[in-house]
Amino acid sequence: MKTFAMGGVHPEENKISTAAVIEEFPLPKTAVILMNQHLGAPATPCVAKGDKVKVGQLIGKAEAFMCANVHSPFSGTVAKVETCKDAFGLTKPAIYITVEGDEWEESIDRTPDIKRECSLEPKEIVDKLKEMGVVGLGGATFPTHIKYSIAPDKKAEYLIINAVECEPYLTSDHRVMMEHAEEICIGVSILRKALGVPNAYIGIENNKPEPIAVMKAMAAKFEGIIVEPLKVKYPQGAEKQLINAITGRRVPSGKLPIDVGCVVSNVGTAYAVYEAIQKNKPLIENILTVTGKKLQAQHNYHVRFGTTYNDIIAHAMGTLPETTGKVISGGPMMGKAVSNLDGPTTKGASSVLVIDESEATRATESNCIRCGKCMNACPMGLEPYLFSSLVKNRRIEEAGAHNILDCIECGCCFFSCPANKPLLDEIRLGKNLYRGILMAKKK
Amino acid sequence: MTEIWSAVLVLSITGAIFAMVLYFVAQKFKVVEDPLIDEVAEVLPGANCGGCGKAGCRAMAEAFVKQGNMDGLSCPAGGAEVAKKVAALLGCTPEEKEPQVAVVRCNGTCANATAKTHYDGLQDCAFANSLYTGESGCAFGCLGLGNCARACQFDALSVDPETGLPVVDESKCVACGACVKACPRGIIELRNKGMKDRRVFVACRNKEKGGDARKSCSAACIGCGKCAKTCPFGAITVENNLAYIDFNICKLCRKCVAECPTGAIHAVNFPPKVERPAAPAPTAEAPKPEAVPASNNQTQA
Repeated sequence: MKTFAMGGVHPEENKISTAAVIEEFPLPKTAVILMNQHLGAPATPCVAKGDKVKVGQLIGKAEAFMCANVHSPFSGTVAKVETCKDAFGLTKPAIYITVEGDEWEESIDRTPDIKRECSLEPKEIVDKLKEMGVVGLGGATFPTHIKYSIAPDKKAEYLIINAVECEPYLTSDHRVMMEHAEEICIGVSILRKALGVPNAYIGIENNKPEPIAVMKAMAAKFEGIIVEPLKVKYPQGAEKQLINAITGRRVPSGKLPIDVGCVVSNVGTAYAVYEAIQKNKPLIENILTVTGKKLQAQHNYHVRFGTTYNDIIAHAMGTLPETTGKVISGGPMMGKAVSNLDGPTTKGASSVLVIDESEATRATESNCIRCGKCMNACPMGLEPYLFSSLVKNRRIEEAGAHNILDCIECGCCFFSCPANKPLLDEIRLGKNLYRGILMAKKK
Repeated sequence: MTEIWSAVLVLSITGAIFAMVLYFVAQKFKVVEDPLIDEVAEVLPGANCGGCGKAGCRAMAEAFVKQGNMDGLSCPAGGAEVAKKVAALLGCTPEEKEPQVAVVRCNGTCANATAKTHYDGLQDCAFANSLYTGESGCAFGCLGLGNCARACQFDALSVDPETGLPVVDESKCVACGACVKACPRGIIELRNKGMKDRRVFVACRNKEKGGDARKSCSAACIGCGKCAKTCPFGAITVENNLAYIDFNICKLCRKCVAECPTGAIHAVNFPPKVERPAAPAPTAEAPKPEAVPASNNQTQA
């Protein structure tokens, strides 16, 4: 069975919410919609205080190149257009909406019927994705329309759909495959058409036998969709590792997947593409896993963006368990701890993890013993221990010369370090500082 | 006997050949260096703190000699004394400069800005700043992880474990500005030492609206503007909900300290018994306040 060549670790899987059927999350009373929910520049608000908005109405317009439209996930009145504190306490531009009823834009098809035919040309598909504000739902929130606008000198050969879900705890991709297999396959066909590639590969780790069976059965009905079961290894869901696992190709340092003829999209994105193209539904919601070992019940919810973490916690569990150490947005390996629970969820949010105190605290750091475990674990073939000391001594350009920017921040080095050194923290800092240096040089 | 003489002869000849080669190589690759550079480097402090903006003291000496005068160049660590010596060597007059000291403009002690979250990641301010607001929830306040203390080459800064804020040892601080550059939030500012080392400054950088600022810290500047109205000299400007006192205009009357509702304005090194001097009326030639943006890190003189 296929997997990627270099490094990787095996964290405890903890997929305890696989059986929880996706539920509709109730509408909150008020919501805060951030204007930068995607990679790149924030959208420009195009509504004013007091305006009535409907579900799916454009409220933030993408004006920069690297930007995505933001649509209202709720109907109601715009309370204010101001700044708000996001889940990490940082101030971001936002639109506050007082939710009234649930009135949708007429253009959106809300019927449960599955629409199979798509007559749009590739160019029209990309334009519609742009209009609908679709971004990659794997976590990086890269605007999808940019990914599928292939430069004329590049050629796509493979479309890879990422259904690996290698992060522990997360089950939203698992559930969406179980419940919306046909929609996903239609979405994949649309993306395949947009790229003009013969085959699309759906990569699924073999710890998910049920989704593999469901997707295989469904893919057989479609032309050019191949389900590829993969051997379990973290971080298989990272773009470059998945390309390596499925095609055997390696993305060179500093290059993009398209340079080796690959385009990778998340399975959640494929579902969003189906809804955007076939149902005219902009990206306004995502599937969130709400899970934790100490929780009474595990959930997978359809949550509209702008619902606050506190709303989700209140509905899913009432109050946080007393021994909660951390609430994490995203997986435990790559996600970020939420410091402001009043902050809103965004397009990139994939889960609310409630981690117990006993697992949330870091162990005491000791000295590096040069055992090399971090190097063995690194899926990019980097030397994390070296970055650690270079960054600590602020020898950033040397770290840059050792390709610090190739780090995908998967956390394998930190996970495998017997001295509990905060390797990933140091590398992230080094990347930030090195990017600063490069920017200064450009000027 | 002949063996001895032949050995002497051979060695002498090879020695002479090598001497000639070395002579010509030395002529070809001769580096002429002004001996003045060595002399200037000798009088510089030699701490290589980088406060001047150069790579080290030697680089600074080269810059001095290359330029031939002291315009625009100064050694903050050496101060007036070193400036005088360098000026004597260069044969110019030293720039008169007010002595300065590093000032920590945050009052977010553990008591004032209580921790709402717990951070156990990398103990580095630059990293914590890139992640989130910090334990108190104030996105402008001190993170207390000590990048400034580590940057200080003169052992003048340390983080007080009780308050979680850096403390400047004024007797050691040479105002080199290394801490100013090290702080990712621009909290530390170089301010004139002032008469008898007395200074009045706003110990806050929070630009949020009053209510929001108060939520994260009880001693935050809320931008109410009372101090600016009280100041008889117009030394205080309020911009982006944050007051800033221009140390060039401030006459240390401390009226603003009494007026501040949150205690964000600090007066240091004043005698404990407050005998308020009669504030001199603003004279006609009192300089007009210049709009000083609060975000400005005054690293220059």
